[in-house]
Amino acid sequence: MMHDQETVLLQGHIIDSLILAKVLDTILMMGGTFDLQDMQIGKTREEPSRAKIIVRASSAKLLSEILHAIQPHGASVESERNCRLSAAPADGIFPDEFYATTHLSTQVRVRDQWVEVEGIEMDLGILVDPARPTARTVPMGEVKRGDLIVIGREGVRVIPLQRPRDRDVFSFMESQVSSERPHGHVIGDIAKRLVQLRTGVREGRVGSRVLLAGGPAIVHAGGREALTWLIDEEFIHVLFCGNALPAHDMEVDLYGTSLGYGHAAGRVVPHGHEHHLRTINRIRTIGSIEAAVRSGVVKTGIMAACVRRGAHVVMAGTIRDDGPLPGVITDSLEAQAAMRAAIPGIGLALLVASTLHAVATGNLLPATIPSVCVDVNPAVPTKLADRGSFQAVGLVMDAASFLRELARELGWKS
Amino acid sequence: MSRLLVCPPDYFSIEYEINPWMRRSNAVNSDQAVRQWHHLMQVLEQDVGAVLERMKPVPGLPDLVFTANAGIVVGGTAVPSRFRYAERQKEEAYFEDWFRGQGYEVVTLDPGRFFEGAGDLLGFSDTWFGGYRQRSDIRVFPTLSDWFHREIIPLELVDNRFYHLDTCLCPLSGGELLYFPPAFDHYGQAALAERIAPSRRVVVPEAEALRFACNAVCVGKHVVLPAGCPETESLLTLRGYLPHPIPLDEFMKSGGSAKCLTLALD
Repeated sequence: MMHDQETVLLQGHIIDSLILAKVLDTILMMGGTFDLQDMQIGKTREEPSRAKIIVRASSAKLLSEILHAIQPHGASVESERNCRLSAAPADGIFPDEFYATTHLSTQVRVRDQWVEVEGIEMDLGILVDPARPTARTVPMGEVKRGDLIVIGREGVRVIPLQRPRDRDVFSFMESQVSSERPHGHVIGDIAKRLVQLRTGVREGRVGSRVLLAGGPAIVHAGGREALTWLIDEEFIHVLFCGNALPAHDMEVDLYGTSLGYGHAAGRVVPHGHEHHLRTINRIRTIGSIEAAVRSGVVKTGIMAACVRRGAHVVMAGTIRDDGPLPGVITDSLEAQAAMRAAIPGIGLALLVASTLHAVATGNLLPATIPSVCVDVNPAVPTKLADRGSFQAVGLVMDAASFLRELARELGWKS
Repeated sequence: MSRLLVCPPDYFSIEYEINPWMRRSNAVNSDQAVRQWHHLMQVLEQDVGAVLERMKPVPGLPDLVFTANAGIVVGGTAVPSRFRYAERQKEEAYFEDWFRGQGYEVVTLDPGRFFEGAGDLLGFSDTWFGGYRQRSDIRVFPTLSDWFHREIIPLELVDNRFYHLDTCLCPLSGGELLYFPPAFDHYGQAALAERIAPSRRVVVPEAEALRFACNAVCVGKHVVLPAGCPETESLLTLRGYLPHPIPLDEFMKSGGSAKCLTLALD
């Protein structure tokens, strides 16, 4: 990512003299990039032209070298103001006019320098420590009285997403979501990414972990075995779900049904609707999913694979939950915080068959993390794609077909 | 009638080194310098028909003789120079006083923005060229362009032997341009080529460029240039100009020649 940037102004007779061309060429030749943000061309020969250029570079050092090289040609750094700060009036309350974040990388100007906002996520505030100076996002619920929060838009800049270098489906994301597009190549590209990321995890590269946020339809529709295999093969490292996905996953193991439906038989079995409750009760008796797996009560399936492989699982409850299972976080803010804490280090997110968890996860992800949203309901991927990130790929298809095809692509023999 | 500001070389010498031509060990022969300067004045007055305004020389300011760097004069307005080097900054007040004393409206640039006068700004009636990087700051040109409603094409000077624009470029009265292209980068050369038709571009050979053939004073069809530039003289003659070669090698020791010793006032 090219994060370091500065806006410069160039004015005068910069076109016929080729000064503009020289400045832009210099930026490129030195390895930077530019955006010609504003260009006013003189209407007569005497009238000067004016260009506002955003110069970007891969490091602060390179940026400073580029600025140093173009400065003698008249490119002067636009004087910019520091961001405005105001103290939070009470715990859990932002000051009026607080700046609300997007999911794009953001910098704030503090004491005349640009500071990267840590933990970028949409719809949060920005807390600044002017003494160090540092800046990080803070959710409304976590702000403390007196925290210095950025207000207004002055001294805040949002860094547009750079087109990724890999020429796969993530670099050509169209915002349009269609059920009529062939999925094969998209799934092929995702599979390639999973292979790269698994290698990354094994080599200890930061940002290589894969997150899957999923709903119980994965189990109902027959994607359980494929997902289990993907976790066992260490293609997926973090699981976000609710109460239902683990409940029905373990119901299959204990009773051979999901939501009472015979998994192998393919029909409703007598008193099957009780099975998920009995499953939940059983796990509650044992005390935890992990203990249920370790003691051999639960032997197969998604949760068993997660325990075996040490995958990080965050279960966030909702008001319609039965039980819930031990480990399900029933306080929404606590659940959000647990999910948020699991985001750093993620390199790809698969949001499969859950409107609730897909949207919640989508809101937590910075735009820089490629994500794939899979749902039979086009409204869900559309909602995610509307976030404006060209790294969010939408697939309108059934969860089981997606997971099975993906696993097969990676070598699963069903 | 052409009026030129000049300053007698009473205190001309090499007391510091601020361009590659200056060597304190290469002492000026003062008598010779005075003779050469008077010869130049005689040609300018008698042959060319220029009117000379003489400024009083000041002890301790050896380069005051190079009046091209006093500033620029446009109609009744003068913009005094702001020198890059401290050695010449002391001249600013004397030039400014002279302009005021003559009744010019003096307009000053922001301090810290270097501008070395007609040494770095010359051109035709509608388009001016501004030399930058060696001495003048490119950022002065939009200001000057705004004040005088002229297009100013900035040209980067890439060879420090040609540290002022008037050492490598000289617009002639008939619209031709006498210049030495390698003193500019390819952007500057392309900008000049775009602006001036090939038939009007008079390219000086390197050996003569290094004798400051381009540091010439053009008044009507007369071109006063340093002696020792026969090819340039022929090129000028071919285009109907009347060259006046003057030996000015004492001033070359300081990196200046005919043009540097004058400032056009009209």
